[in-house]
Amino acid sequence: MPGKLKVKIVAGRHLPVMDRASDLTDAFVEVKFGNTTFKTDVYLKSLNPQWNSEWFKFEVDDEDLQDEPLQITVLDHDTYSANDAIGKVYIDIDPLLYSEAATVISGWFPIYDTIHGIRGEINVIVKVDLFNDLNRFRQSSCGVKFFCTTSIPKCYRAVIIHGFVEELVVNEDPEYQWIDRIRTPRASNEARQRLISLMSGELQRKIGLKVLEMRGNAVVGYLQCFDLEGESGLVVRAIGTACTLDKLSSPAAFLPACNSPSKEMKESPLVHPPSHGCRSTHNSPIHTATGSRLTQNFSVSVPTLIYTGMGSGSAGKEGGPFKALLRQQTQSALEQREFPFFTLTAFPPGFLVHVGGVVSARSVKLLDRIHNPDEPETRDAWWAEIRQEIKSHAKALGCHAVVGYSESTSICEEVCILSASGTAAVLNPRFLQDGTLEGCLEQRLEENLPVGCGFCHIPYDELNMPFPAHLTYCYNCRKQKVPDVLFTTIDLPTDATVVGKGCLIQARLCRLKKKAQAEANATAISNLLPFMEYEVHTQLMNKLKLKGMNALFGLRIQITVGENMLMGLASATGVYLAALPTPGGIQIAGKTPNDGSYEQHISHMQKKINDTIAKNKELYEINPPETSEELIGSPIPEPRQHSRLLRSQSESSDEVTELDLSHGKKDAFVLEIDDTDALEDVHSLLTDVPPPPGFYSCNTEIMPGINNWTSEIQMFTSVRVTRLSSLNLTNQALNKNFNDLCENLLKSLYFKLRSMIPCCLCHVNFTVSLPEDELIQVTVTAVAITFDKNQALQTTKTHVEKSLQRASTDNEELLQFPLELCSDSIPSHPFPPAKEHLESASSNSGIPAAQRDRCSSWIELIKLKAQTIRRGSIKTTVTVEKASPMGEGNFRNRSAPPCANSTVGVVKMTPLSFIPGAKITKYLGIINMFFIRETTSLREEGGVSGFLHAFIAEVFAMVRAHVAALGGNAVVSYIMKQCVFMENPNKNQAQCLINVSGDAVVFVRESDLEVVSTQHPTANCQPLCAGGEVTT
Amino acid sequence: MTSELDIFVGNTTLIDEDVYRLWLDGYSVSDAVALRVRSGILEQTGATAAVLQSDTMDHYRTFHMLERLLHAPPKLLHQLIFQIPPSRQALLIERYYAFDEAFVREVLGKKLSKGTKKDLDDISTKTGITLKSCRRQFDNFKRVFKVVEEMRGSLVDNIQQHFLLSDRLSRDYAAIVFFANNRFETGKKKLQYLSFGDFAFCAELMIQNWTLGAVGEAPTDPDSQVDDMDVDLDKEFLQDLKELKVLVADKDLLDLHKSLVCTTLRGKLTVFSEMEANFKNLSRGLVNVAAKLTHNKDVRDLFVDLVEKFVEPCRSDHWPLADVRLFLNQYSASVHSLDGFRHQALWDRYMGTLRGCLLRLYHD
Repeated sequence: MPGKLKVKIVAGRHLPVMDRASDLTDAFVEVKFGNTTFKTDVYLKSLNPQWNSEWFKFEVDDEDLQDEPLQITVLDHDTYSANDAIGKVYIDIDPLLYSEAATVISGWFPIYDTIHGIRGEINVIVKVDLFNDLNRFRQSSCGVKFFCTTSIPKCYRAVIIHGFVEELVVNEDPEYQWIDRIRTPRASNEARQRLISLMSGELQRKIGLKVLEMRGNAVVGYLQCFDLEGESGLVVRAIGTACTLDKLSSPAAFLPACNSPSKEMKESPLVHPPSHGCRSTHNSPIHTATGSRLTQNFSVSVPTLIYTGMGSGSAGKEGGPFKALLRQQTQSALEQREFPFFTLTAFPPGFLVHVGGVVSARSVKLLDRIHNPDEPETRDAWWAEIRQEIKSHAKALGCHAVVGYSESTSICEEVCILSASGTAAVLNPRFLQDGTLEGCLEQRLEENLPVGCGFCHIPYDELNMPFPAHLTYCYNCRKQKVPDVLFTTIDLPTDATVVGKGCLIQARLCRLKKKAQAEANATAISNLLPFMEYEVHTQLMNKLKLKGMNALFGLRIQITVGENMLMGLASATGVYLAALPTPGGIQIAGKTPNDGSYEQHISHMQKKINDTIAKNKELYEINPPETSEELIGSPIPEPRQHSRLLRSQSESSDEVTELDLSHGKKDAFVLEIDDTDALEDVHSLLTDVPPPPGFYSCNTEIMPGINNWTSEIQMFTSVRVTRLSSLNLTNQALNKNFNDLCENLLKSLYFKLRSMIPCCLCHVNFTVSLPEDELIQVTVTAVAITFDKNQALQTTKTHVEKSLQRASTDNEELLQFPLELCSDSIPSHPFPPAKEHLESASSNSGIPAAQRDRCSSWIELIKLKAQTIRRGSIKTTVTVEKASPMGEGNFRNRSAPPCANSTVGVVKMTPLSFIPGAKITKYLGIINMFFIRETTSLREEGGVSGFLHAFIAEVFAMVRAHVAALGGNAVVSYIMKQCVFMENPNKNQAQCLINVSGDAVVFVRESDLEVVSTQHPTANCQPLCAGGEVTT
Repeated sequence: MTSELDIFVGNTTLIDEDVYRLWLDGYSVSDAVALRVRSGILEQTGATAAVLQSDTMDHYRTFHMLERLLHAPPKLLHQLIFQIPPSRQALLIERYYAFDEAFVREVLGKKLSKGTKKDLDDISTKTGITLKSCRRQFDNFKRVFKVVEEMRGSLVDNIQQHFLLSDRLSRDYAAIVFFANNRFETGKKKLQYLSFGDFAFCAELMIQNWTLGAVGEAPTDPDSQVDDMDVDLDKEFLQDLKELKVLVADKDLLDLHKSLVCTTLRGKLTVFSEMEANFKNLSRGLVNVAAKLTHNKDVRDLFVDLVEKFVEPCRSDHWPLADVRLFLNQYSASVHSLDGFRHQALWDRYMGTLRGCLLRLYHD
């Protein structure tokens, strides 16, 4: 009996009226865990009942603690008929199971009903007493920490990064069971919610066991997904990276892990004894299997492309003995692993040695009913197959590991596309195992890796290149070879040297497909896939060149299958890496050279393209000569490196200014216009509108080239569903529709967030689905972060020692700090005035006039505009607030701790792993929630838009409430993994399933920290945040 | 290609003040889009009309969802669904409860019942305020009235506490509730020149001095009739006002009063002779208004009477405001020197308030 769960039901508020006669409610609560249920007394005639119950105690196995959610049901007592359910709250108690996280869950939870949405709130306190577990053959994995964050969490240090863990469980979908025909939609939805909650609990526990087997203590980059396979069942699968993490105790220890001496690695502080558990039988309603039964499933593996550079090849010299040695080392470290995959996208410094390129694999499968849920090995085998392919792709690139790895599926009827992608890489072995071979290699590594360009150097052998590529000597160190273009799925390494700013680049593609059944359908799809991959790649490459950039980060290609079409959407962040050569232009070549007007047309287009490239270079500040100037001003310690940088840049600058066709002949990208398709391609290239002035966007964690975020953030989700009008669509029309849909969506976002200018949309995540024949659904989640324009211009330098950078910005911070205090002292409305202060602070602070002069006029214009907009809004609020008596009360509310009282604390949400201007002090546990909402009165709820708007707002509210109850004030690495929307307007019905996850954290504003501990002035874990504070 | 569904949900709920105003003003989405286009926002931001349409729809949907909460503002503060910074919450509430001068003048003093609601159509046509906006404003009045009507304690405080309005707006609502409860006539043609501010000023003085709450003592006996301390006029006080009649009924007292006032003001008024000639009429008017206040119907006509009996005669003789002030001060002060008059305290309670009101009402 290793655990005791204690629950207390305190009170309810804002309950719905359940008795029309009295306009009141007689509410009571059922608390259920596993098979045990407790009830509170009925609190008669109140919409704000005060139950103040005793402590309900459940004595349970820790295995159940991990799997089961706590289920709280609020009901209305009815003497004569059955009690009516008001709604439910599911609480995942996993965060209480490991020592460093939350100790108590206490707070107001929205009471949720799948038909009516949120109906009031309930105040609950939950505690767990865990007894020491002496049983070595246990099934539970309490104590293993889970993080959605795809980098080493901020207040931890990675001792060892063990590697890939994966697991999947399958079950029948309750929605498709025979019983669903006789039960209510509510019962069916609740059965589904409960089952998925149970399955994720079990999945997490099983992954935890694997981690313990690997002697790790945490999973980082944990990604759990659901496949709703319809008739054939429900699959919950998860991947992650097992690590041994060490908590950093003092703020001073926030220095990156690489700085610690290598001997520290040996003292592995494993908390848990090795558990080579034999599995006992366990009566769980969910089943995993380890056996192997082969089915005669239809399956097609699709030949996939390896994305790296493309161009005319020219072989170089040998790579030196060091590379071989390194490869050997890494190989030995990784060979023990079945799949040397890492779901991380950002790494401790020194971890990533070389990057090969993107590797991806897809396969089309026909779903078959899972006859025996005990043996889900077909799904296991499918994924194993794909992973094997990825592994071999990586090998072909001379890499032994894959980083930034992710898996996804797209299902339509009985056809399923499984996809996996990642970035082939060579890693530093010292993080992968207890350091045995470090010694001299360690030192050589430090010597041989030039700062900021090492990861660009090719890992493969130049004489045996897996594909034709154009190699040059690195423009940074001039020692090693680099490709002309680099595609990756990871975030930009923090030490990479970037010129100018980055931007979001998307490739969008639709292909019609005949409706077909089963195998014919799967064959058709798998025949289309290679062409789609190729076209997506071509589009990406064209757009990248058009932007004048040479590398893509965070590349994510999504192929969605529908009844009669396939959609491809690739998103990535383009940057100009200083180490890579300047990209050539795009040259257009016609096939019919003797037609005069045609020639004219082509030259006209060529001119347009050249103009666009020039404009983009200006827009994104890709201006190597100017950068070199700035670099002189920036405190880079090594002058030697400088001169080199300078030289390389001046070389490339010549090329930039010329931009003529002779240069193009050498390595420009040639577009042949020989048919309408190509013509259309060129057109679509030119129709992509850049974001309005003052806006930037990227799909990586941070925007390359911007490093002075202010702390105002706004996370949002936007959903659009478009009906394609005509039935006889062509590929072209379809492409245009899809392109317009995405472009308009982006335009809407820019418009909506215009008050935040200057700002950047980070982690822009597009998801496409095809819910019905003629419907396209696009879901976007991103975060808008404001930044300080003046500082942005001042510091285009990208990689500098943190302390130095710190020093350079110190004067601004000093200046801003007292201003923050005074803005805080205006208690009634801390929002706009703080901003105002910031603005004025930045424009008046120690930025030399010369530097301000450098701001080109449009930037000034935007800034002015932004200021006037803000001023306007401030004026009105001031008048309101001055007269308002509630100002003071509100302030009290806001500053109160976010948990356990009646006031609502602010909970921030962000898809990023950090919060600008703040430091994460504690990780409280993973948030993984699944909700279903259904309505049979769609029109009355404001149509599809009203329905989904309300539901997403409710989901946000429930996430925030759970975080607040854990004692947290933010969710980082937030992601909406699924948003499945189905409607039937004729029946006035709609249903939506949403799955979200993230890490609940406690953060402290950096300014507050500095007040507390002035003795740690360099305790700045994030190189990106400026000092200014604005509460959102 | 048509958008079936188009939504934007922020973790912090985005509130566009301009769109909120358009929504409050009762414009339809298409009208609002047209107005926004005219404001030049497209040129400023480089957005397209489609973007504006989608943005407006989105805001309207949000406001529609918030409206339920705005009906009970404390709920807005405690709800979990929309994360809105406190300053924005205050703005939402304040703007929602704000009303149009033109509209409030039409319904001030009327019974806030369903019957009146039918007249909203007419008011809308007359004032040019959209019917939707009229309905919101009327419903706000009614809602506030319903909540505080039966409540004990300070009217302004009650409104502030239950609707979280600013001090200024709470005072305005107190006036609206007070007028609606006492059904003062404000719609007569004679009274058209008066603004809502004039009436609100009078209401405040009356609440402060003429209601039960004004007596100042906290009610000791919970059963006593002090439930609506601030909303109802002090019945006993109104009864007592009859006693003032002696000031005009007793000829000696009236003459003495006149001579006291005239002696002091001689040479100080530009309209002295007119005052001297009119003194008895004016005094009769003012005292008779007091004496009549026992009847509900006459209470309703208070403002009509004041304008007829005092404001209009003075205005026709072109009294400057300064003279009116001097006269009223002297008129109420000299009563203290009338030896035969015993109701000095009553007179002060009546005249103190009335003097304030009259000075406010005296303008073109």
